[in-house]
Amino acid sequence: MIDIVLALLSTVGALSILFASIGILRMPDFYLRLSVTVKASTLGVGLLLICAAIMFPDVSVTTKAIAIIFFLIITAPIGAHMIGRAAYFTGTPLWKGTIADQLAGMYDEETHKLESEENEGDDKENPNIAKTDEETE
Amino acid sequence: MITLEAYFDYVILPILSISVMLIFIRLLKGPAVVDRVVALDLIITTGIGIITVYAIRSNQAVFLDVAIILALIAFLGTVAFAYYIEKQKDD
Repeated sequence: MIDIVLALLSTVGALSILFASIGILRMPDFYLRLSVTVKASTLGVGLLLICAAIMFPDVSVTTKAIAIIFFLIITAPIGAHMIGRAAYFTGTPLWKGTIADQLAGMYDEETHKLESEENEGDDKENPNIAKTDEETE
Repeated sequence: MITLEAYFDYVILPILSISVMLIFIRLLKGPAVVDRVVALDLIITTGIGIITVYAIRSNQAVFLDVAIILALIAFLGTVAFAYYIEKQKDD
């Protein structure tokens, strides 16, 4: 019985990681790749760690596994947010099929602060959307 | 009857290995630096999964300590890369 539970959990976990890796390879631009990979990989590794927690009858292993899951769930979105922000500042182009870029012109170029009003001089009409697929591929 | 050990050996670990290979293609291709940083982060996260499965297979719970350290290093590396990529443009 417990073998079936372990097999199910590990299969779903490994498949989540596989889908994350297919997503990072196939998605058309950086921001879509980021959004695909962070959630799926956290889920996959979390399920594999739950597998380990069930497998070992030790309390210390369960605590360790829960600590790793907790740490991953806390840190993965922070890292993803920071790298996405850095990518937006360095001018990584959005996918050519993007309809709206609501951050365009909202960031202060000097202080890197986000403002709710549009800055003068920044053109909201000209967001950083790629013209061709090759720019983001 | 398929045992759980054989299932881990012949199904789960190959799936994780193929994942690392696919992510590595993105690490080599990746047009911008940020793509490579995300690919590296994902490779380390997949490595945590591989270490976990290996700990189950070899029945050695000590390997989970390595997974803790890898999770810490992945987070610190991503944050450091993001910090310096963002500051780089001001010069």
